[in-house]
Order: sequence, then C-alpha cells, then structure tokens
Amino acid sequence: MRRSTREILIKRAFMATAVTSLAVLALIMVFLFMEGLPAFSFVSVKGFLLGMDWYPTDEANPAYGILPLIVASGAVTALSSLVAIPLGVMTAVYLAEIASPRVRAVVKPIVEMLASLPSVVIGFFGMVVMAPFLQEFLDIPVGLNLANAALMLAFMSVPTIASVSEDAIYAVPRELKEASFALGATHLETLARVTIPASLSGIGTAVILGMSRAIGETMVVLMVAGGAAVIPDSLWSPVRPMPASIAAEMAEAPFRGHHYHALFATAMVLFLVTLCFNILADNISHKHSQTGSASL
Amino acid sequence: MNVDATVSLPTPPRRSLSVTTGRDRVRKTKQWLAFLMLRGAILIVAAALAVIIGFLLVNGLSSISWSFLTEVPRNNMTEGGIWPCIVGTVLLSLGAMAVALPLGVASAIYLHEYAQPGKFMRVIRLGVNNLAGVPSVVFGLFGLGLFVTVLDLGVSLLAGWLTLGVLCLPVIIGTTEEALKSVPATYREASLALGGTKWQTIWRVVLPSALPGILTGSILGISRAAGETAAIMFTAAVFYTPKMPTSMFSDVMALPYHIYVLATAGTEIEKTRPIQYGTALVLIALVLGMNLFAIFLRAWLQRRGER
Repeated sequence: MRRSTREILIKRAFMATAVTSLAVLALIMVFLFMEGLPAFSFVSVKGFLLGMDWYPTDEANPAYGILPLIVASGAVTALSSLVAIPLGVMTAVYLAEIASPRVRAVVKPIVEMLASLPSVVIGFFGMVVMAPFLQEFLDIPVGLNLANAALMLAFMSVPTIASVSEDAIYAVPRELKEASFALGATHLETLARVTIPASLSGIGTAVILGMSRAIGETMVVLMVAGGAAVIPDSLWSPVRPMPASIAAEMAEAPFRGHHYHALFATAMVLFLVTLCFNILADNISHKHSQTGSASL
Repeated sequence: MNVDATVSLPTPPRRSLSVTTGRDRVRKTKQWLAFLMLRGAILIVAAALAVIIGFLLVNGLSSISWSFLTEVPRNNMTEGGIWPCIVGTVLLSLGAMAVALPLGVASAIYLHEYAQPGKFMRVIRLGVNNLAGVPSVVFGLFGLGLFVTVLDLGVSLLAGWLTLGVLCLPVIIGTTEEALKSVPATYREASLALGGTKWQTIWRVVLPSALPGILTGSILGISRAAGETAAIMFTAAVFYTPKMPTSMFSDVMALPYHIYVLATAGTEIEKTRPIQYGTALVLIALVLGMNLFAIFLRAWLQRRGER
C-alpha cells in the first residue's frame, strides 16, 4: 500500500473514533425518546410537566405529574448554588491569584480529591452525620430534607466551579494586571476591577457547569433529599428531585409498563435540562472567549 | 558654572518617600479583610474533605479486618465481609477502562493532531462536552435500554463495562488532550523533517512522550468508574449474589452499590452500620489512593518536564 493511502486511511479511522462521543450522545437521546415518548400516550405533555401528583404505583388511579419533582430539582440546585458559587469562585481566586506556589501545591490536590469523592460516600455522610445533626440542632422532624441535600450537593459542585474558574482567572493576561498595579491599585482593587471582570465569561461557564452537575447528581439526592414527591414549603421539607425518583423507582417499575415509560420521560426532561445548561456554557465560553487584552 | 548657585537654591522640605494617607490605610485593611475571607473559603473546602475522611476513618477503621476484606457476606448481608464487592468494583472499573481508553485516546489524537479548527471539530467538541455533562442516572437508563435490553446482555459485567466506558470517555479524552498539548511542537517538526509521515510521528514520537500523561488520565478514569453508582445499578450490580463472577455475562456486587443498599434498603440498617462504614472506607481508600497516585505522578512529570 502506498504511504499516502495508508496515511489517509489512518486519518479516517481516527476521525471515525472521534465521532463516537457524538454518536453515544445521539444514541442516549434516541433511547430516552424511544422509551420516554410512549408515556405521552397515557398522559398529556401538559399533565406530565405540570401535574401536581406523582402516584405512579397507585393501582386504581395512577397519576404521572412530575411538577413536584421538577420543583424539587430546581430548589435543590438553586439552594446548593447559593453555597457553591461563592465558595467555588473564592477558592478559584485564592488558588489563581493569592496562594504561594507551596500553598497551591497543597490546596489544589485537596480540591481535586473533593471532586473525586464518590457521590455515594457524600450521600452516606449526609444520611448518617448531617441528618441527625440537623434534626437535633434545629429540632425539625426529618433530617433528610431539601437543605441537607443542597448542602451535600454544594460540596460536589464546588470543585467543578473552582477548577474551571481558576483556569479562566489564570488565563487573564499579565499586562492587564500590571497596568492596574502601575496605576497604584492594590491587589484587591486589581482583582475586583480588572482580573475578575476579565475572566467573567469563564467564571460564568464554571457556574453553569457546576449547576448542571448538581441538577444531574443522583446518589446524593436519592439518599439525602427525603423522597417525598410534594412541592416543598420550607427549607426543611423532604423532597424528591428527578434523578432520585428515577433511580429509586426504576428497579420496581414493570418492564415497558406505564411507570417505566413515565420514568424514561422524566429522564428525558432531566437530560434536556442538562443539555441546555451545557450548550449554554459552551456558547458563553466560545462567544466571549478571552482573547488577550481584547477581552476587556 | 558657578558652584555657589546651587547652594542658594531653597532646600525642599524633607518628606517621607511613602505617602501613606488615611485612605490608603482603609484600602489596605479592605484588602486584608477580603483576603482573609478567601482564606476562610479554602479552609471550609479543606475542612469538608477532612471531616468526611476523618469521620469514615474514625467509624470505619474498627470494621476493617482481614476477614472483612476477604470473606463473602453472610446472614442476609448483616455479617461477613465484602470480598465480592471489591472484586466486582475492580473488574468493573478495569473493564470500563479497557472500553474507554482506546476510544478516548484515539478521539483525542484526532482532535489534537489531525482536526482543523472548523465546524466539524466544533460539533465533535460540543458532543464531548455534553457527554461529560450527562447525569449518571441517564447513563444508567441508556445502558439499561441499549446494552441490557436491546443487545440482550442482561444485567452483566459486560453491560456495566460498556456503560461505564462511555461515561468515562470524556475524562479520558480531556486528559489525553492535555498530555498531547504538553508535547513540544519541535518534537513533531523534527520527526517530520526526518521524513516521517504524520502517523509515524504520532506513533513513534508524540505518543511515547505523552504516555505518562495518558496514564495519569486513565488512573483518574478508573477511580471515576470505581465510585460510580447510578450508572451500574440497572446495568451490572445486584443487591446480593452468592456466586463470584465467572464470565463477562455474570452480574456482580459492587462497593458503591453495597453501601447504598445497606444504608437505605433492608430491615437491619442500624445493625449493619459497621459494615457500611467499613465498605465506605474501603471505597474511598481505593478512589482517593488512585487519585493521590495520579496527582503525584503528574507533579513528578511536571518537575521532570521543567528540568
């Protein structure tokens, strides 16, 4: 075989493999829709998305409304962001701008190790430590609730937010900061008025990715959120976010029965939400990509 | 020039070189306070990790014994050890890597060495980034739909490998690309100048120097797969199986799923607490051990690169 022909074949082979990820993503979508769309033969789209009752196993009168699950997912994610965004961004600023190389060499692995903690371990911690603590300390009926789940989720999204923001802050050109210092600004003023504004698109991407991780995280909400499929009325209500509902009920749902299809349809909603978040993050990082000094 | 002329000039009033005013002190204090808060954030993050690990160490260490690690669960999983779970988790994560590594490395080679920036590359990148963001429970349902049901593999090691393999794919692609990026362009140019083809350059020059970085990535991938629960609960893992896996069509027990099952289902939740702590400790020892190894490997590589 001629050398050039071989080269072309090799290139084609690599290209074919590179398409795998895209193909898997497409297949995931196909399977979710294939198994999820039949749900709309027995429940309307509106009734599914806005229905207040989720009683899929009721023999006489099953109800497939996932609004409480959607609200629970939204509430848990929003609440966890309140903790995770400041903590993650502050960690990133510290690592990128203030820490000495020696401190950095210690702190960065800590953040990475927090990222690598298996979610089931964090969920377990929330169950056996945080839940009894909250119950006793705040004198509430159940320790497995919205606030507990949100707190545990926050510690899962902090590493994502921190590492993506850190890259963005690190990438701010040196001359921008030096110009600010030369004008007599302190380190803090430079950070607040130059470095952080210049890396805002990267920090935005980081925040969206962190939230997307929180909304899709399964084991923590499955173990810690409490599992009641009702719209929460306080921080201490037990809730049942979408991933928890899918994971908890899939094993018992009869194969290709109504409940099974309804769970796939829930997964479809979850998938589309995370897809939107990720495409949004991708767009922000592309449209406002930091190109040297031009980004200010 | 008359020397005396300079003497007659009025001497300027002596002033200190640093012009610290009250306003400057306020600015300095503000900075000090803000940086204190940043340090506080780091402390919270570090404390969270320390508390979780410390808590598992304190409660779990007493459960760990040779028999706990090497025996099978007995008496409705309320006694005995976790050997089948350890075997299951090791098999699952190694198999997942066997699926993800070739695909991931090849994808990364295409993206970094061959692809020209453009629409096609942008779409592929979008695919990789979005795959990384798919919730693990959705991977589980996908595995259930495709591998377990349509391909009729059943709840099996093989279905788990494929599911975890695609789940780890973005991790491998990302770390391999980083590794390829760190290979200096001069290496490639030297090889091409000697008449090597693109493929010869990649195979003989680029890959060997990127290999340690790729290794780091695959360790991170294995640890990700080992800790994954939601993706295997419908595809590979079962509550309890008396048999050890005999082929790739066997179902298995796994450490993360074992923790979940013991902690949430069953009637003996309080009684099996020691087993739960012990299992969680073994799992994080496995996962964090691999991560620390990868972190040290990377630090060592960076130092070697700088020399």
